[in-house]
Amino acid sequence: MIEVQEVTKRYGTFSALDNISFSIKKGEIVAFLGPNGAGKTTTMRIITGFMPPTSGTIRIAGFDGLASPMAIKKQIGYLPETPPLYLELTVQEYLTFVGRIKGLDPAQLLSRMDKIIEQTGLKEVQGRVIGHLSRGYRQRVGLAQALIHNPPVLILDEPTTGLDPNQIIEIRDLIKNLAGSHTIILSTHLLAEATAICQRVIIIHKGKIVAIDTPEQLSAKLQQSETLSLTVEQTYPDFALELGRLPGVLAVTQGTSPNSFMLETQQGRDIRSEVTKFIVSREIGLLEIKAQPLTLEDAFKVLTKESPADR
Amino acid sequence: MNPVQTIVAKELRSYFVSPVVYVIGAIFLAMVGLLAYSTVASASNQALRLMQIQNTYAQLNLNELLFRPLFRSMNLILIIVIPLLTMRLFAEERKLRTFELLLTSPIGINEIVSGKFMSVLVIYSGMLSLTTLIPITLSAYATFDWRPVYLGYFALLLQGGLMLGIGVLASSLTENQIIAAFLSFGMILALWMTGALSSAMGETPLGHILAYLSFTEHFERLIRGLLNLKDVLYYLSGMAFMWFATHQVIDSYRWK
Ligand SMILES: Nc1ncnc2c1ncn2[C@@H]1O[C@H](COP(=O)(O)OP(=O)(O)OP(=O)(O)O)[C@@H](O)[C@H]1O
Ligand SMILES: [Mg+2]
Repeated sequence: MIEVQEVTKRYGTFSALDNISFSIKKGEIVAFLGPNGAGKTTTMRIITGFMPPTSGTIRIAGFDGLASPMAIKKQIGYLPETPPLYLELTVQEYLTFVGRIKGLDPAQLLSRMDKIIEQTGLKEVQGRVIGHLSRGYRQRVGLAQALIHNPPVLILDEPTTGLDPNQIIEIRDLIKNLAGSHTIILSTHLLAEATAICQRVIIIHKGKIVAIDTPEQLSAKLQQSETLSLTVEQTYPDFALELGRLPGVLAVTQGTSPNSFMLETQQGRDIRSEVTKFIVSREIGLLEIKAQPLTLEDAFKVLTKESPADR
Repeated sequence: MNPVQTIVAKELRSYFVSPVVYVIGAIFLAMVGLLAYSTVASASNQALRLMQIQNTYAQLNLNELLFRPLFRSMNLILIIVIPLLTMRLFAEERKLRTFELLLTSPIGINEIVSGKFMSVLVIYSGMLSLTTLIPITLSAYATFDWRPVYLGYFALLLQGGLMLGIGVLASSLTENQIIAAFLSFGMILALWMTGALSSAMGETPLGHILAYLSFTEHFERLIRGLLNLKDVLYYLSGMAFMWFATHQVIDSYRWK
């Protein structure tokens, strides 16, 4: 549905995007993850046709970005970083305007309007002037304008910033519900958000793609070593030492309580059953043992860490 | 509604919910009204004096004594009023980032520029048409030649259109409305000044070019009741130029 090929974007001599390529299938939800200045917004602006790339090509739904910009614009609903709101208009007037410039005819507009206002929770404020709305509501109006023409592709630049925790959950649910029927790219700084909503994550750093993968696989790939956490009913003085002598265990550290331990184990070697056998043989009561997955948080830190050569 | 009409409708809505357009309109009408009143007063004084001296009934030439000076003054007022009308058009879109919405929608830059220009032209025409109360009222009390009056309004429409074009262009150049207003004021003034400069140059080729560029001559001929195609073309090509330049400026945002 979305194909980005070898796209480079320079602002003057500064390279904001450096030869990035990826493709997104119909119905997928993908997150752009990256720190400030990574190039997320720039990538989105290029995909939406707001600005052309310095080099490279974009294809959306089979249309080429350069050859048929209008066809592409019809396919896309876009929520920019700053919601593009006319503060003097009411929510309804604004959505009517957006619907019209997106090419809806009056009948379509009428049927979409109620649906979108319902979906984005704008019912009670639909007659109010946008300039008088709170930030969270403005963000919703921004989302509503991206959805009004029911576009197959949604590009959402940080859709949940400025919302309170309840609203964040609502908006995430809304986005999740749109998946399948829509192809969605959203950008975020929050790893939890990417994992919660998206099927794939594209990690961008300094204008380059550092990784593209599912949230789980990404963490698996990144693990330099795996961690097991275990809790027992009782211990004895040399227990930790003996644990450390088990094959495949690299280090043992005390967990949060005296009876829990963290084992650093060699990568790619699942030794849970060996550890279990050992503890059972000592008859000290195994309460819990589990592999501790590396969170995307950790993955992100590792992947976007500057390598010494960069400095 | 086609995209241009959609934009015109939205702009008119935006104009009328803000107090700015009412204030500008009121100031414009008050100034024109006051000018008309004082011009009529001084013209009738003049007539009275003539009557006393010559002891005859003096026929006032209202076209010469009233309308021509009034149209000239209105032209001057426009130099101040028009930049205030146009300053928000594009500057605000840039400031509020709503441009990102327009430029990612399936509408062309030409439609955006035309819509903005036409919306402000509608506002201006409305203001101008209210001033037609002056000749209409006067026609009840005096007789005058209507042709120069019609042409005078035609000239003011063209003149306003050209200035609006300049204002639209200026507004596209910055995201600061105040700067946009000063820019258009400066550009209009510069265009006007070429007239003064041309008279200093005299009958040289450059002098002719400058005289053509300035609106003074073209405006003057029209309010005297002379309809020449080249004067009309001057205004129309000026507007087309401003439209095109604005189009280019907006197109270039995306390449930065
Ligand atoms: N118009 C511009 N002119 C010059 N440099 C720009 C321009 N827009 C963005 N940049 C630069 O390009 C880089 C990428 O910016 P971009 O806005 O895409 O980052 P981002 O990933 O969206 O960051 P954030 O998380 O803060 O939104 C930044 O270093 C930024 O300073
Ligand atoms: Mg950004």
